[in-house]
Amino acid sequence: MDVKSPYLHPEYETLSREEISKLQTERLRETFEHCKNVPFYAQKFKEMNLSVEDINSPEDVRKLPFTTKQDLRDTYPFGLAAVPLEKCVRLHSSSGTTGNPTVILHTQRDLDEWANQVARNLWMVGLRPSDVFQNSSGYGMFTGGLGFQYGAERLGMLTVPAAAGNSLRQIKFMKDFGTTAVHAVPSYLTRLYEVMQEQGVDPRKDTKLRVFAIGAEPHSEEQRKRIEDMFGVKAYNSFGMSEMCGPGVGFECQEQNGLHFWEDYYIVEIVDPDTLEPVPDGEIGELVLTSLRREAMPLIRYRTRDLTRVLGRTCPCGRNHVRLDRMKGRSDDMMVLRGVNIFPIQIEKILMQFSELASNYLITLTTDNDNDNMTVEVELAEMMDDYARLQSLTKAVTRALKDEILLTPIVKLVSKGSLPVSEGKAVRVVDKRKVYQ
Amino acid sequence: MKQLSIFIENKSGTLLNILNVMKNAEIQIIASMVADTQDFGIYRVVCDNPDKAYSVLKNEGMVVTMSEVFAIVLEDKPGEAANVISVLTEGGISISYIYSFLVSGKGILVFRTSDTELTKKIIKEKGLHEFA
Repeated sequence: MDVKSPYLHPEYETLSREEISKLQTERLRETFEHCKNVPFYAQKFKEMNLSVEDINSPEDVRKLPFTTKQDLRDTYPFGLAAVPLEKCVRLHSSSGTTGNPTVILHTQRDLDEWANQVARNLWMVGLRPSDVFQNSSGYGMFTGGLGFQYGAERLGMLTVPAAAGNSLRQIKFMKDFGTTAVHAVPSYLTRLYEVMQEQGVDPRKDTKLRVFAIGAEPHSEEQRKRIEDMFGVKAYNSFGMSEMCGPGVGFECQEQNGLHFWEDYYIVEIVDPDTLEPVPDGEIGELVLTSLRREAMPLIRYRTRDLTRVLGRTCPCGRNHVRLDRMKGRSDDMMVLRGVNIFPIQIEKILMQFSELASNYLITLTTDNDNDNMTVEVELAEMMDDYARLQSLTKAVTRALKDEILLTPIVKLVSKGSLPVSEGKAVRVVDKRKVYQ
Repeated sequence: MKQLSIFIENKSGTLLNILNVMKNAEIQIIASMVADTQDFGIYRVVCDNPDKAYSVLKNEGMVVTMSEVFAIVLEDKPGEAANVISVLTEGGISISYIYSFLVSGKGILVFRTSDTELTKKIIKEKGLHEFA
């Protein structure tokens, strides 16, 4: 490790486009061969009459089949494993909100390479072994906890697994341990700043903070700027998804002009979500990722459902790994609120358990004082001449929703017919957050 | 006495909408009450034809319920309301809500209580004058 070098892995980070292309071809061929250990893929390759000879460039990935989240659910829990279970050392899982959860397996090599990616990112934004890294992210099944933990340790920083919540303790840690870098969801940093203000703590004077890694929930450029201005700290956008390992897949460099997606680890495609054909650079489409180094559970052409676009394939930072814009939305109806993935069907399922409620409802997402909120308006079916009962109904619905989605929505009873009824498919979600604009 | 309770949202035009439905059905409102609340309210109405009002409101898609409330006729002199309520309070009854209106110079006290059966019993025993 040369602490003066801007690159942790110069041999990969500074590859030319031709070199990236060559490496990707090689690794895609390896991945193809490795995927034959997965009956799901072996079957598809056979049906499509594919052989490794068909792969002679990264673009040849288009010949291969897509993989969807549904495929992960259908093969739950271990159906997509490419190695025997005894070679796996870690399992992460999604919450399984709309059916079977999705399970992601890791071998020791997967964990090592995952840590390398996170370490590369943190190094890229100027962090060095002398830094103190506080990971104020949820731990457990959520990959943002252990992913950053191992990555920060791999870089050699003193790493504090502070986890999410308990703002007073977070601030105390920052002051006492001389924390210089924090990973958190953006809305939590805003919250921390409020608590600092209440406590009379000035982050510029009372802390050594200089770098934030933010991600796991959609946020706008304005939100990032506001966070930077509040703390006087540079905030870098992080992209990850458990299917590809977790955080580390993409990260902004110090230019803060898009996220570099590591093409030694992934093949990045942007496709039209309807036709599944590639879209030209600069046009928004669905991000599709193929893992090139995953051992336990390689995924081919995984449809992330995230919408973004290619900003460029070169960068003044010297890295030629593709730069993608911050995520612009979703190609399905999933909502991401404060880092939690929520589908409208979950809300609907709960509302339908209350006979006092009618079937029409509307979910509105807003940003109020930097906090993302969900309001659920639902039509009342059965009237009661009793404020207390109407209020306790509201409370019961709120509680039931919270148990389901793990966030507390604002529930509003409305009269019948007061919600918009569109022709055909009802509009269930209105996203008024600035993020996607 | 029958009273209608209509769910209303706290937004402009909601009340007028209800009043117009009743007007078009030629229903006369005798008394009505709504307290100020945050997001929603209950508009309580006593009218000349509650059954008809209930069905027209329901047909218009309103969320409405019809319920029995107590209506006691007060003598035209000071302290009457206190007298009625004290009888109930002594009987261990608490009042959920109360409002009043005037008909032909007589005050009518409309209320709902924590215990309907006990209230009925007390009204009968004490000979309170119910409004028909």
